[in-house]
This record gives sequence, structure tokens and C-alpha cells, in this order.
Amino acid sequence: MSLAKRLAYFVGLPILLLVLWWALTIGNTNFFVPKPLQLFEIFGDVWFGDRLVTDVLPSIGRLLAGVAISIVLGIVLGIVIGSVRLLRQLTEPSLEFLRAIPPPVLIPVLALIIGINDQMKVAVIIFGCIWPVLLNTIEGVRAVDPVLNDTCSVYGISGGARMRYLVLRSASPQIMTGIRQSLSIGLILMVISEMFGSSSGLGYAIVQFQRTFSVPEMWTGIILLGLLGVALSLVFQFTEKRVLRWYHGLREVDR
Amino acid sequence: MTAAQSPPATRRSIPWNQHPIASPMLGIAGILLFLAVWELASRTGIVNPRFLPPASEVLLQLGRNFVSADFWTAVGQTMTSWAIGLAIAAAAATVIGFIIGGSDFLRRATHTTIEFLRPIPSVALIPLAVLLFGVSIESSLLLIVYASFWQILIQVLYGTADVDNVAMDTARSYGLGWWARVRHVVWPTTLPYLITGLRLGAAVALVLAITAELVIGTEGLGKQIELNRSGGSVVPMYALVIATGLIGVVINIGMRFVERRALRWHSSVRGDVAV
Repeated sequence: MSLAKRLAYFVGLPILLLVLWWALTIGNTNFFVPKPLQLFEIFGDVWFGDRLVTDVLPSIGRLLAGVAISIVLGIVLGIVIGSVRLLRQLTEPSLEFLRAIPPPVLIPVLALIIGINDQMKVAVIIFGCIWPVLLNTIEGVRAVDPVLNDTCSVYGISGGARMRYLVLRSASPQIMTGIRQSLSIGLILMVISEMFGSSSGLGYAIVQFQRTFSVPEMWTGIILLGLLGVALSLVFQFTEKRVLRWYHGLREVDR
Repeated sequence: MTAAQSPPATRRSIPWNQHPIASPMLGIAGILLFLAVWELASRTGIVNPRFLPPASEVLLQLGRNFVSADFWTAVGQTMTSWAIGLAIAAAAATVIGFIIGGSDFLRRATHTTIEFLRPIPSVALIPLAVLLFGVSIESSLLLIVYASFWQILIQVLYGTADVDNVAMDTARSYGLGWWARVRHVVWPTTLPYLITGLRLGAAVALVLAITAELVIGTEGLGKQIELNRSGGSVVPMYALVIATGLIGVVINIGMRFVERRALRWHSSVRGDVAV
């Protein structure tokens, strides 16, 4: 396919939709319906002033901290539980239950135990994000190829080297699947934890706009959250492609 | 690997924890251990019992819930918005997925738009839902449908892309019309993916149903949890949190059951497509 055709497929529909949106709202005076140009104009004023420092960056910081901690914790615990059969048998039903609790209900619980502050918000994100990583790591570690395992034993590869070249390697596709799920859960929990009795953050700011009927500002907030979601998923796809290059290559060959 | 696979003739004793009933027994032991640690942490005051009441009290309250009409009303409200939302999302995603998946042009043209709309966190729509619908079930539905729609749509698109070209060409040369091709070639290929999407969507829908009740205040379990929290009745709050977890488990088990039933005919019940 020629470059121009690919570009047309890539931006065609988005541009068409934007033009439609613009054309349909051109004479509209309804207060609730946002206009694309207006949103574009106020977007910078709303989010790149003081709010960038007081709301946006702290929110992103909490999100990244929570997700990073849950990835590390999830992988470490997952390797331990996944490699010890007895531990796996003991914890499996409990973990299935803990994972089934909708993470947002932990916000009132943690607000009670920790209080409403930054630690609580990070804790909420960790409690929600750790399960996909943990359970996928357990599965991944458990499913290590027995032949590879035996080969490692025969060649005397053990300890750190075995962990790095065998266990983590073969579990990594599963672990990446878990991380992808936790990223989207983390974003959701970041927003909700801030909507819940907070005084700063993206979620708080958006709810504040809604309560004061600043409808266009509210829309820019929704768009910002969307952009954040898209950015996270792009960063993830890029990382996944690099980390799992060997795996995708292997699958291509298998076909 | 497991005891079941080792030949019965061998006399070698198998480790005690590989006995067939060891796994469920150990699982129950694990739950009991978890509850015991919780109970002790609260009773000995390691965690302030005002914030984390003993497990026994919470379980008693949960038992009382099971015979209380108010509790079942709240469960009913939550599950109603869950079911309606999931049904709308599933119907819309299936129809749209088949239309987009059926044409190469549409598939390519919509790719960027879908990839952009999909990661938008549905909770970003909470303020919009409040402005449009206020504290009513439509607010919950907006969030639930938006969240689970993408999960299912993506799976349906994977499914329609997986249709065997030879089967499709065969159907064409035998003169099957558009509808017959969809019914006999595309649909059976897509069904396993659709069901995977439904299972993922069902879990997401529950999360969003509870979230809407918690944050917006539509009627249901989430609202009860928030009322109990602000009223300082900690034990009932924990009992409700446990109840939401149980509902989650029931939904997971139920969806796995549906999956097995609906795909019984499928020669190799596929592994889940990673999402």
C-alpha cells in the first residue's frame, strides 16, 4: 500500500468525525454540547497553567508510583508463589477472591484505615493493580517449559542466572499481559480515588468543573484523561515490542 | 506432574500435597489462615479494631445480610444495572464488530479511531453522566456500556479476522449468500472470541456498576458501602465489601460455565486471547 493511502486510512475517519462534530455544533447554543474549536482554545489555559503543577503532575506521579510498586511486588510475589507448589495451593482460592473484589470498593476501606491522603491513593492503585500482575506471573512461572527446566538443571544453571534466563524470560509474555491490564485499572483508580473526598488531582478538578457547571472545562478534562490513556497504551505497546521481541519473532516463525 | 497422570502401577509414594483432594483442602486451609491472621491482627490491636474489625464480626454481619431484605434489594439493583449494561454492550459490540470485521475497508479505516477511544477510562465520563442523567440508573448504564463495549468489540474484531480463508472461499464457491456466510462461517469462528469478550466485559461491568453507585450515588451495593462509611458503621461496610467480592467470584465462575457450555461443540476450546 502506498504511503498516501496508509496515511488516509490512518487519519481519515478521525478527521471526518472532527469535521462532523464541528459542522453539527456550529449553530448550536445548547450549553451542554461542547464545540471543538472552543475546547481547543481553552484546553491550554485550563491545564497548562497552575493546574499542571497542582493537579496533573501529582496525579500522574501517584499513578506511576502505584503501578510501579504493584509491578515489582506482583512479579516478586508471583515468582515465589509460582515456584512453591504448597504456597500456590494455599493461596489460590484466597487470591481468586481478592481479585474478584471490584477495586473501587477498597477506596472507602483504605480511606478509613489510612485516611484521605497521598498514601491512600497510591495504596488504592496498588491494591487494584497488583492482582493481574501477580496472577499472570504465577501462571507464567508455573508454565515454564519442563524440558528447558531440566536442561537448566543439567547445565548447572541455578539461582540468579536461572531466574533471569529461564523463569523471568518464559513468564514475560504473561507478565506483560498482566501489566497491560493493571495500567488501565490504575488509571481508573487514580481518577476515582481523587473524586472521593480529595482536594487536588485530575479527578477532583473534573468533578469540580462539573459541580460549578463549567461544562467546556469539564470536557477538556475528559479529553485530557483520554489522551493520558492513549499515551499510556502507546508507551506500553512500545515497551512490549522491545521486551517481547524474541517472543513475537518466535510466533511468526511458528506460523 | 499430578497424581492423576502418574501410572497407577508404580509403588512410589507421591508427596502428600499432590493427592487429588489436597488442593481444595489446602485452599480452604489458606482461606482459614487468612481469616485467622485478620482476626488476630484486629483482636491484638496491631491494626486499630475501629478501622479493621475482627473477621468473625464481619462474617456474622455478612450472615445477617443474607437474611435481610434490604441487602438483597441492593444486590438486585446492582445486578440489574450490571445485566442491562452488559446486554446493551454485548448486542452493540457484536453487531458493530460484525459490520466492521466483515469489510477490509472499514477495518482499516476505523483502526485508529478505535485504538484512540478504547483506552479512555470510562470513569472520565462520570461528570458527564451526572450532568446528563443525575442520580439514576442511566448514569450507571452509560459507564458500564462504555467500559464493556470495547472489551467485547475488540474480541469480536479478532474473531472475524480469524476466519479461515479457505472456508470462506469454499462457502463462496458453493454459492452461499452473505447472510449464510455470516451464519455458517463467520459466526462459529467468532463465537469463542465473543465469549471471551463477554467474560472480560462481565467483570469490568461489575466494577463500573459498583463505582457508579459509590461515586455518583445511584442505588445499589456501592451506595450502601459509602453510606456505611460516612456513617461510621465499619462492620456492615466490611461485610458489604466481602459481598461484592463474592458476587465477583460468582460472575467469574458463571461466565466460565457459560463458556464451557456454549463451546462444547468446539473441537479445541481455544486458549484465551491475551487482552
